[in-house]
Amino acid sequence: MNPHAYAFVLQLGEAVLAVALAPLLVGWVAQCRAWLQSRSAPPLLQPYRTLRKLFRKDAALATHASPLFRGAPYVVFGTMTLSAAIIPSVTVDLPLAQVADAIALVGLFATARVFIALAAMDIGTPFGTLGARREMMIGFLAEPALLMVLFNAFLLFGSTALPTVVEGTLRAEGFALHPSLAFAGVAFVMVLLAENARIPIDNPATHLELTMIHEAMLLEYSARHLALMEWASWLKLFNYICIGFTLFAPWGIALHGAEPAPLLLALLALVAKLACAGAVLAVIETVSAKLRLFRAPEFLSAAFLLAVLGLLVHLLLGT
Amino acid sequence: MLPDFLDRECAPLAANVPAGHIGADAAHWREAAEALQADGANLLTLWGADDRDRDGRMRIHAAYLLRDRVIVVEHAMPAAAPVYPALAARFPVAVRMQRAIFDLLGIQADGGDTRPWLRHGGWPERVYPLRRDVGQAQTYPAHETPYPFVRVEGEGVHEVTVGPIHAGTIEPGHFRMSVVGEKVLRLEIRLGYTHRGIAKRFEALALAQGHRLAARICGDSTVAYAWAYCAAYEAIAGTAIPPRAAALRALALERERIANHLGDLGALGNDAGFAFGLTQFSSLKERLLRHNANTFGQRYLFDYVVPGGVAADLPASAPGIMLEEIATLERSVRELRAIYDDHAGLQDRFRGSGRVTPEQARTLGAIGLVGRASGIARDLRADLPWTPYAPLEVAAAACAGGDVAARVEVRFEETLESLRLCRRLLETLPQGAVRTELPPAPPARLGLGLVEGWRGPVLVALEAGANGTIRRCHTHDPSWQNWPLVEYAALDNIVPDFPLINKSFNLSYSGHDG
Repeated sequence: MNPHAYAFVLQLGEAVLAVALAPLLVGWVAQCRAWLQSRSAPPLLQPYRTLRKLFRKDAALATHASPLFRGAPYVVFGTMTLSAAIIPSVTVDLPLAQVADAIALVGLFATARVFIALAAMDIGTPFGTLGARREMMIGFLAEPALLMVLFNAFLLFGSTALPTVVEGTLRAEGFALHPSLAFAGVAFVMVLLAENARIPIDNPATHLELTMIHEAMLLEYSARHLALMEWASWLKLFNYICIGFTLFAPWGIALHGAEPAPLLLALLALVAKLACAGAVLAVIETVSAKLRLFRAPEFLSAAFLLAVLGLLVHLLLGT
Repeated sequence: MLPDFLDRECAPLAANVPAGHIGADAAHWREAAEALQADGANLLTLWGADDRDRDGRMRIHAAYLLRDRVIVVEHAMPAAAPVYPALAARFPVAVRMQRAIFDLLGIQADGGDTRPWLRHGGWPERVYPLRRDVGQAQTYPAHETPYPFVRVEGEGVHEVTVGPIHAGTIEPGHFRMSVVGEKVLRLEIRLGYTHRGIAKRFEALALAQGHRLAARICGDSTVAYAWAYCAAYEAIAGTAIPPRAAALRALALERERIANHLGDLGALGNDAGFAFGLTQFSSLKERLLRHNANTFGQRYLFDYVVPGGVAADLPASAPGIMLEEIATLERSVRELRAIYDDHAGLQDRFRGSGRVTPEQARTLGAIGLVGRASGIARDLRADLPWTPYAPLEVAAAACAGGDVAARVEVRFEETLESLRLCRRLLETLPQGAVRTELPPAPPARLGLGLVEGWRGPVLVALEAGANGTIRRCHTHDPSWQNWPLVEYAALDNIVPDFPLINKSFNLSYSGHDG
């Protein structure tokens, strides 16, 4: 096969894989949560059923909805899919992963955020505006923290491209423990919780409009629009966890996409790692209560501080 | 010091607690309110009556809760100008009751807020549905009535409104918050969406049927309402129920309290994002309810309390099983309490949120659970123990914090205390009948039933008509007193904390709207 065509197939496969697996990951987290709370769990495939249900319904739109409101779900879903294509979750041998670095990724997430927030304010209901306002507050605190986490890895490997980071870790002589990455790891988990509307920052399961952040912005959406928004948010969680893997646990990721065996192995490793990450996420969500909204800045400042400490540790120790 | 006439002219009133009844002219009505307020009495309820068919007058009654008794002050007015001195200046809780009485009967307080309260456009402005010349089946086309909310002006102030329809399966109520950013500057609540005209419906029923309607006014307090109604009826009829029936009623009332507290404790955890608490407490509550179904024949104990006693005796095996259940519950509740107390995140949400200071609680006349969480250690079961509570020596829970944490604390205390009471009741359960026949009730006689439900005192004022009918029946939910406190509790808190604060009160809409 033409190597260019093959790369294209790999790239497409990776994006499709992410889009297909994201609902499974969310279903798994929900199952783990239910078990930990001693409830009987919803089926693992429930998120797919939700999507099917929503896609079959007729969309109801507010009379004042502008094209922005209708278009936002497609933009957000597209952005998240593109992000998934950039993140080397199965193999580093991806054309897009080579051209767009992690900074571009942060930019893509920001684009999605802006569109969701604008769409939420478009209808003019108090809850949409409330949610958008809170989302922007969380966002402007989480982004710097995320960048600081990324810089930790970049300092170690001298590049802002995720494939280089993965290769750097996998090609290292022996097993190297980087103290700076330990700090960055904790900070990253905190940012992940905040950015994906999980407890302790937001509660994805609540029905209390006044407490919502992410859900408040989606209240006016229905049917296919809602399906895309939900799917995009699941994809975002998938993406974040995969970024975590590339930075802190890249083992299993195939360095070359040319042969099927390492690819298959990488796929299995990814599924195993996702299962672990989902379970850990469920444990964190079960043992913690939701923070008071105004504690969120403290939470995210702590994440930022930890990431900066990681940088300092690296600069002082030189490893 | 209470004025002389209050003692001199006070006639005994048929009730399950020590109570007196006094007729007053406008001056005495005002004077009584002043003296009783100075004495630290609570205004329990206000109700009006259309007595034009009897003596051409309209009447207003105020029931006050003193330290050792209840006093009902009655004021008669000419039907042409039914105006009475407002109580709101002395008792802020009177404001909404005065508005409700005007909506239903056209009896007017001589000042204060005159906006409609229960009339949401279901009947026209000059129609007063509780008057005797308005038929039971009378209907009116619904129309929109504008309701002037108080507006807060200032830079950056905007309104966030919730309800009356909410996202969860909860009752309707409208909450309007004026906020700057996330901070609540003012909260105004509008209720009355579940007004069903219960008081009017009572007047078409026989005395012996009324308990079924009373039991359905507020589903989570069905035992308290049914008991208060039956107590008033039995007081009018002058009958004491068999000791076994009284003990079984108390058992049912305490089980109702436990079930509600367990449900609330779980919901409070859930609203703070701690879903583990909800599943644990829900399973405890569910087990209790299933047990109710097996023992009393009804999960929520509907229609267990009937005039003259209770509907059925316990199965012979029930006391033994229930004692075991109590031991298990006690252990589980203590374990979960330790988890709640030790959970830093949960405590951070609970402590300091929605604070009602003891001063505010006293000034605004908080009662029941909410009052006990703000340092007012008053509990009818301890203060005015009606049969069979006197020998049980109920310890009233008390916590001075006034915040969500305090209301959680009081719920834990009361759950454990109720479990103790259940055990005592089962261990000392008298033998004998569980129901007695009631003789015909003398007409035109007023009776009072007062029961400490899980939210606070539930009151039923019942007036018998001729031939065993109901002439007037007024039911009062403690939520009337405590809803205004929610408006205060929310001040200076942030918007996303409001659902948790509201849940910690968990007041009734249907009990309030009537």
